[in-house]
Amino acid sequence: MSSISTPTTSGQSRQRPRSRRRVEPIFYFFLVPSLILFTLAITIPGIIGIFFSFTNSIGIGDWEFIGLTNYIAIFSDPAILQSYLFTFGFSIVTVIAVNVIAFLLAVGLTARIRMKSALRTIFVIPMVVSGIIIAYVFNFLFSNSLPEVGAAAGIPWLESSLLANPDLAWIAIVLVTAWQAVPGALLIYIAGLVAVPGDVYEAAEIDGASKFQQLLKITLPLVAGYVVINIILGFKGFLNAYDIIVGLTNGGPGTSTRSIAMTVIAGFNGGDYAYQMANATIFFVVAILISLLQLSLTRGRNAL
Amino acid sequence: MTKQTTLAIEDSSHVETATVPNIRRRSAPAIERVNWPATTVLVLCAVTVLLPLYVTVSMAFKTQGQAVDGNAFSFPAPFSLDGFIQAWTLTNFPVGAAMSLLVTAGTVLATIVLAAFASYAIVRNWERRLFRYSFFYLLGAMFIPFPVVALPQIQLTGRLGLDNPFGVILLATMFQLSFSVLLFTAFLRSIPMELEESARIDGATTWQTFWKLIFPLLAPMSATVGIFAFLYAWNDFMMPSLIISDPALQTLPVRQNLFQTQFSNNYHVSFASYLMAMAPAIVAYLFTQRWVMAGVTQGAVKG
Repeated sequence: MSSISTPTTSGQSRQRPRSRRRVEPIFYFFLVPSLILFTLAITIPGIIGIFFSFTNSIGIGDWEFIGLTNYIAIFSDPAILQSYLFTFGFSIVTVIAVNVIAFLLAVGLTARIRMKSALRTIFVIPMVVSGIIIAYVFNFLFSNSLPEVGAAAGIPWLESSLLANPDLAWIAIVLVTAWQAVPGALLIYIAGLVAVPGDVYEAAEIDGASKFQQLLKITLPLVAGYVVINIILGFKGFLNAYDIIVGLTNGGPGTSTRSIAMTVIAGFNGGDYAYQMANATIFFVVAILISLLQLSLTRGRNAL
Repeated sequence: MTKQTTLAIEDSSHVETATVPNIRRRSAPAIERVNWPATTVLVLCAVTVLLPLYVTVSMAFKTQGQAVDGNAFSFPAPFSLDGFIQAWTLTNFPVGAAMSLLVTAGTVLATIVLAAFASYAIVRNWERRLFRYSFFYLLGAMFIPFPVVALPQIQLTGRLGLDNPFGVILLATMFQLSFSVLLFTAFLRSIPMELEESARIDGATTWQTFWKLIFPLLAPMSATVGIFAFLYAWNDFMMPSLIISDPALQTLPVRQNLFQTQFSNNYHVSFASYLMAMAPAIVAYLFTQRWVMAGVTQGAVKG
């Protein structure tokens, strides 16, 4: 019975007496289908993609090895550099916006407020709505309703559609992406805030700390681990931005809001298959680097 | 035996209540000042969240005349179902809904079954290298964005005759597998071995133990894994739009691009169509909130 009181102990320690026995065949039946399908669906396409990034293939027909030519060309391709610049800039702005909004909302939702559960239900809804469809809805609002508001209020840069302005269209993309990404970060912050023991605040209160000081000096340091998680999870997600941009601007005006994902996918129709596979490979390396950063920053934070 | 079962179940419900904050807060002193300023600000924020959804609903019920008059925020007057009737035939809604349903049901079922199978095998044979390495191998997909492997996947699915909803089910399941295996394995490690051993003494095979004992115990995790697979498969645009080659077999989100190219001024029709495509996910969420909320927190903390 004593082992039940510590249910988080991993299974392997209890299994030691059985470890010399043969693995029951049924366990291979449980595991192998997933391994085979996973290899077929993800590993093999990944290897094929990396392989063709060193060729001049256009997706069909003959091809030959051209070494690193694709990679060298990518680093001097303004269209690709622009897509990286846009995607990273957009991701950084969105990550900041999402985390500030989500943190403040989480502080509010864990305060002594009315309608707590109804409000939380509402704030999570954007997470469950299809990105492309809500982007179409916002597209309508940005192209039709917002210019009317701008005209009525006499704000010149709002009188025409944000989406048609190459310098401002990214703001619309940040707004809609943040609208949809806040709930995920919010739920993680709520979990973090609830874990902060209440007596810490009582002690601070007795010492005369103001609410704002408590927020800055107690709450923020205690949920720092959650901030790191949210920033990295968010950043990883935003780098893949596709659906919302397709629904809002489709990369336009011109190519001013084209994300990395959109550039890669365009290679399927554009005939530069191998070239975009080199682009995808570089993107993959970037994703791995960010994931390694995540692992190194969150390791040892098991207390969360 | 039964006592141990309830203990294990209690442990699982503990995992969830930890993410539902108001229970703990309610144990605070009975006479609390309600923070009205915060309540007001949050209600205003909630209105911002709901505004686009309100516009979607109100536009969908307008007549064509009212829909083009430019005021997106007005109430529909008179109420009209004309938008829904036209959207139904224009997007071929029954077929689109059937495709979305097929892709979603297939992805949910395949994800729960494959992930539960694999997780059980991995946790019970952790001391074997093959099973341990398989865990990290399956988790690898969390580091691979879909766009990276999309082009070869389009080619391969085309060549294998999987450029249809079944190909989407396969790929979507594989991308959901890492998150799901992560949740299942963490949970399985908390199920005491003694439970299984008593089933073994009663003469149950591994197969029977899995279905009669382990799988029912996994139910709360299966709910979380299932609802996330549902939301992903139902809402996704990118994967079906690239993998499914025949437009007649497309899912609902992909069909909405019809209104970007043609019929772009029939706003009541397009919004009725958006509403019909969005509503099932929102309704599913309203009924399964606690698992959605638990899944976000657990996925983040364990990942």
